[in-house]
Amino acid sequence: MIPLDHVIGLSAILFTIGVVGVVTRRNVIVILMSIELMLNAVNLAFVGGNRLWPTGPAGVSYDGQVFVLMVITVAAAEVAVGLGIVISMFRNRDSVNIDDVSLLKW
Amino acid sequence: MVNETPESLLRWIPLLPLLAAAFHGVAIGIVRRPTPRWAVIALSCGAVVLSFLLSCYAFIELVSLPGGSSVLVDRLYTWFGAGIGSTRFTADLAFRVDPLSAVMILVVTGVGSLIHVYSIGYMDDDDRDDRGFQRFFCYMNLFTFSMLMLVLGDNLVLMFLGWEGVGLCSYLLIGFWYSDRANAYCGSKAFIVNRIGDFGFLIGIFLLFKAFVDAGVPAGVGFAEIAEHFEKIAGVAIATPWGSEWLLVNVIGLCFFVGAAGKSAQIPLYVWLPDAMAGPTPVSALIHAATMVTAGVYMVCRLSFLYAAAPVASALIAWTGALTALFAATIAIAQTDIKKVLAYSTVSQLGYMFLAAGCGGYTGAIFHLVTHAFFKALLFLGAGAVILAMHHEQDIEKMGGLRRRIPRTHIVFFTGVYAISGFPLASAFFSKDEILVTAWASHVPGHQALYTIALLTAGITAFYMWRLYFKTFHGESRAAVEAAQHVHEPAALIVNPLFVLAFLSVFGGMLGIPQIYGDWFGIENMHSLNNFLAPIWPPAEPHQVAHVTELLMTGAAVGIALLGFGIAHHLYVQRPELPGRIAERLAGFHTLLVHKYYVDELYDAVVVRPLVKFSDAVLFRAVDAGLIDGVAVNGTATAVRALAANGLRRFQSGLAQSYVASMLVGTGAILWYLLG
Repeated sequence: MIPLDHVIGLSAILFTIGVVGVVTRRNVIVILMSIELMLNAVNLAFVGGNRLWPTGPAGVSYDGQVFVLMVITVAAAEVAVGLGIVISMFRNRDSVNIDDVSLLKW
Repeated sequence: MVNETPESLLRWIPLLPLLAAAFHGVAIGIVRRPTPRWAVIALSCGAVVLSFLLSCYAFIELVSLPGGSSVLVDRLYTWFGAGIGSTRFTADLAFRVDPLSAVMILVVTGVGSLIHVYSIGYMDDDDRDDRGFQRFFCYMNLFTFSMLMLVLGDNLVLMFLGWEGVGLCSYLLIGFWYSDRANAYCGSKAFIVNRIGDFGFLIGIFLLFKAFVDAGVPAGVGFAEIAEHFEKIAGVAIATPWGSEWLLVNVIGLCFFVGAAGKSAQIPLYVWLPDAMAGPTPVSALIHAATMVTAGVYMVCRLSFLYAAAPVASALIAWTGALTALFAATIAIAQTDIKKVLAYSTVSQLGYMFLAAGCGGYTGAIFHLVTHAFFKALLFLGAGAVILAMHHEQDIEKMGGLRRRIPRTHIVFFTGVYAISGFPLASAFFSKDEILVTAWASHVPGHQALYTIALLTAGITAFYMWRLYFKTFHGESRAAVEAAQHVHEPAALIVNPLFVLAFLSVFGGMLGIPQIYGDWFGIENMHSLNNFLAPIWPPAEPHQVAHVTELLMTGAAVGIALLGFGIAHHLYVQRPELPGRIAERLAGFHTLLVHKYYVDELYDAVVVRPLVKFSDAVLFRAVDAGLIDGVAVNGTATAVRALAANGLRRFQSGLAQSYVASMLVGTGAILWYLLG
């Protein structure tokens, strides 16, 4: 039995890597990947939590795992939209560097 | 406690005119297709006539109820409520027919029906392009609805609803021919002056309700509840800033009277009524003679239990009424516009009603209200017929000799003048006499002076009415030759309702024949109107007047009326050159009368212009333009712009990652705050 601390710890490490990736990397595709990393870190925490507290008010509960399915679905949709934007951006700018799209400002 | 008998038909009395008005409103405003003329007539007149029949039915049912003090009530639902416990305030949508409101609805719907029929003819040539005909009947129906709400409402709030409704319709109808700016101005004047009165009415309602709350009585605003619990606040005194103590009911009574003075055109708020003559003549007859302007009298009578306990307020009402009666009557002497004469006459007659009500003669007030509704509606409609005959000429200086040209109109107008002058056996003979006797016998301070003023006014009334009559119908025609040739009797639809009113003007007095005549013939309770109304008035010690005194007073009243007639006949028939010379001799006084004592000018200088200046300089320029527009609206925008230009905008860098970083910092801060 893996203790919850380890699960949460791994989740936190993955999430932090994702955050750092989003903030520091310039390549949009890498940023997208980092976001996926963050989402999956959360998924991990959900599954771990569900494993620790398997019962809810109405008996056996799969809330955490159901949530994970939801997140995966949303993540898939988000990646589709995100990659679409990346392709459009590349066509217009010949670049996937996020600093090249900063027109929307004061 | 009176018995309330439910009667669900009552709601239809005001509802029918409302439905007709709503139909017209939808047809004019939303459908925007011409409604056939016959449909407009059938709907409007039908609604009012049906209301009249229902009123008759309610009246018969009320009379046939066992026990003299019963009332009919139609309670629909709680209109609104607020608060909890002993301070709970509720106003029901409920209609109430007791003897007082029964008399009122019969007058409103009865006279109203006749005037609606008359209007079909009178408004016939009104401009069709902007659907004037339908618009007119829409407003008239809306007015009838509001007036019925006013008199049928079971509580003060409902009464106030009708009160405001009639004010609105009055405004709409005075300015009916709005393309002329002067008419629109007169409508606004009427509305604004009325608002001053309404303010007093509202304060009165608030004070009354607060008095009940302070006394710990869950009384609400219903008339039955107020009357039942009234004695608990009747003795309450309040301290004034200058030390003395006033009876609270006096203050409340005065507040209500401010409302009544506005609606019923008493000093100092009478100035709007003469200008209200800018509206079509049927409007003057219905709203500004027969019904709406009597709302104040109705209110004072409805709250008679309050005024019976408020001697100061009552005395003030009596004195205001008497002075208004005299004041307006003197102005009427010098007016040359046929409708203006009648308007000032209306103000004067309303003064009589308040005199009676202030002296505790509530039956006398209502009696004169009823007879006045008959003969003044008759006179106004007759004047309308004359105006139509003269092709919209209203100046009596340009009339004369109409007796032979329009004999049918002449007959009814003569009847009206005969009735209002207080000549024997016509309606005002009885109703005005009753007021005179009431004034004489009352306990109001200076009641002999009140009687003298009222008697003098009766003489002046006779004089100016006969002057009007002689100048219009006798002598040589003073109209331009071409205009004189085209004089014609108005259509039957216009003249025939006048005959009904003429009949009522003559025989309406039979409702209230004084008891002294009853004593002669051995009939008890001769005064049928008083028998009917007496149960709802507060018990009062009967003031006895010796028979001889009362007969002498009748003689005096008839004598002074004959004197007024005689002077008018002498001046305007026998020696028509005299009035001009008298006017020259008394040039100063004559000018004063022609200019209506310069009251309008006085109000203009003292109230209107300072108010306009104040509004312009302070409210408009300082408050609205300076404070609200300048500081609040533009100031906010300027501040935001200055702040953003110099700093805030740096945050919007366009770099997505800087946004992410800010979000991260923010989220971290929130987490720190929540967890740490």
